[in-house]
Amino acid sequence: MNMVNWHGVWSIYHHEMTRFFRTIWQSLASPVVSTVLYFVVFGAAIGGRIQSVEGVPYGAFIVPGLMMLTVLQQAVSNASFGIYFPKFSGTIYEYLVSPVGWIEVTLGFVGAAATKAILIALVILLTSFAFVGVHILHPFWMIAFLLLSAVGFSLLGFIIGLWAKSFEQLQIVPMMVIMPLVFLGGAFYSASMLPPFWGAVAKLNPVLYLISGFRWAFFGLADVPVGASLIAVAAMVVVCLAVIRWIFATGWRLRE
Amino acid sequence: MSAIIEIDHLSKQYDSGTKALDDVSLSIKEGEIIALLGPNGAGKTTLISIICGLVVPTGGTVRVGGHDIRKDWRAARKMIGLVPQEIALEPFEKVINCVRFTRRLYGMPPDDAYLERILRALSLWDKRDAATRELSGGMKRRVLIAKALSHNPKVLFLDEPTAGVDVALRREMWEVVGDLRREGVTIILTTHYLEEAEEMADRVGVIAKGQLLLVKPTAQLMGEFGRKTLTIELDAPLSGIPADMADPNLTLSEDGRQLAFDYDTRAERTGIARLLGELAARDITVRDVSTRQSSLEEVFISLVDESENAA
Repeated sequence: MNMVNWHGVWSIYHHEMTRFFRTIWQSLASPVVSTVLYFVVFGAAIGGRIQSVEGVPYGAFIVPGLMMLTVLQQAVSNASFGIYFPKFSGTIYEYLVSPVGWIEVTLGFVGAAATKAILIALVILLTSFAFVGVHILHPFWMIAFLLLSAVGFSLLGFIIGLWAKSFEQLQIVPMMVIMPLVFLGGAFYSASMLPPFWGAVAKLNPVLYLISGFRWAFFGLADVPVGASLIAVAAMVVVCLAVIRWIFATGWRLRE
Repeated sequence: MSAIIEIDHLSKQYDSGTKALDDVSLSIKEGEIIALLGPNGAGKTTLISIICGLVVPTGGTVRVGGHDIRKDWRAARKMIGLVPQEIALEPFEKVINCVRFTRRLYGMPPDDAYLERILRALSLWDKRDAATRELSGGMKRRVLIAKALSHNPKVLFLDEPTAGVDVALRREMWEVVGDLRREGVTIILTTHYLEEAEEMADRVGVIAKGQLLLVKPTAQLMGEFGRKTLTIELDAPLSGIPADMADPNLTLSEDGRQLAFDYDTRAERTGIARLLGELAARDITVRDVSTRQSSLEEVFISLVDESENAA
């Protein structure tokens, strides 16, 4: 009797998505406004001087980076808040006493967080059409990278939410770790534009692989081989799943 | 009736070394209401938490409806509803959605007709579209009960259902439990009020220091604990109890100035009137009278002492 309780998965997923749609305009407005600002600042002001990167107009070049920035931020914040809030309000007991295991809880929370992140990323893509002409060379791989990154970082956010003991801790990882990794991961430039030393350092940043793979799906341009990007994001998913499984098996920060 | 919960040599020792539960065994019959009575920190909540899956035991087994709570946890948990001690609800969620959420979490398909019946029974139907933060404390507790019942459990755990609630609400809670009893739900509740156990339970288990000291039918327990002592202060000391008044329940203090009479408050005739009549007939002047009942705390202490002496 170790079948997945799909009603349980749906209950959690539906509950999380309902909260998203209840505040749909707040959920969408802030990423759209910041995207427009990025286009104005990076695309128009700076892009006017850069013209093009490896043949791609700078305005279009930053679209995959912007989408990835949003996906990572949204995935981490939605997933971490989603599981932290029941811990904060005390309703976490329900997940621990009901016939749902780590698989159902993870599918529900991470599935919802990834869905929200992808929806917002697609809205950003639509917004960017208003500013620049974006052509997607490999739509299948674009969706695949979007999906894998959203899932990978939702899993990471889920772990952060399980780990956090306060709202401050919930905020600190996205601010101190995720944002720098994205900015240093080539969201707004190509790693080939960096001096050789910093180019090598940048290759240690896992986010670079995601952005590179994602950008390759758009323009066929990559800082690192696409296979390496796929392996990086798949490895992230596997490691995060293993950590979550361990947390639920030991009850760390859950059954204390 | 067959046993729906079988607890066998259950123990829980925390990493700090604290023994929260010490070799507890108990069989609970289907349809009965059992109250676990004990002071704070006795192990009541730990016992409930283990059965429900919140705490992992260090020894022993529990079977719910024949399903081992660790090996066959999904089947075991489907049979259980838990009303926790602390009120924990999502503040912005509507009552009806809270209940729907829990039902599906337990793997049950939606059934709004059933949920309507529960909400009506708990007088929550009119509040179904209200956010939980708008509700009074008593209503919030009823929402927790509705959630716990939403998947049609066979066993309901109520952890301190009337802790911190006023008298009127306590009555209301007792009525809700009475209704559930008629529906045939097995109920395990914890309390530190003897009165509450008396009002609701078929059997009472007394827990202290992690040990289940005794389990007895409520009526029997109340007979044993429902005794009071009448103390009579005499104007002039007596040298002894008059022979024709001899009664095993009547004792005289060493200085001869106090008579103590143990009586059963639930007996049809307590013997108080007869005793006072006999004193008056003998011209023994009474200066003052007082009664006292041994508190639950004292009962626990004496039970713990007994069990320690027996060991």
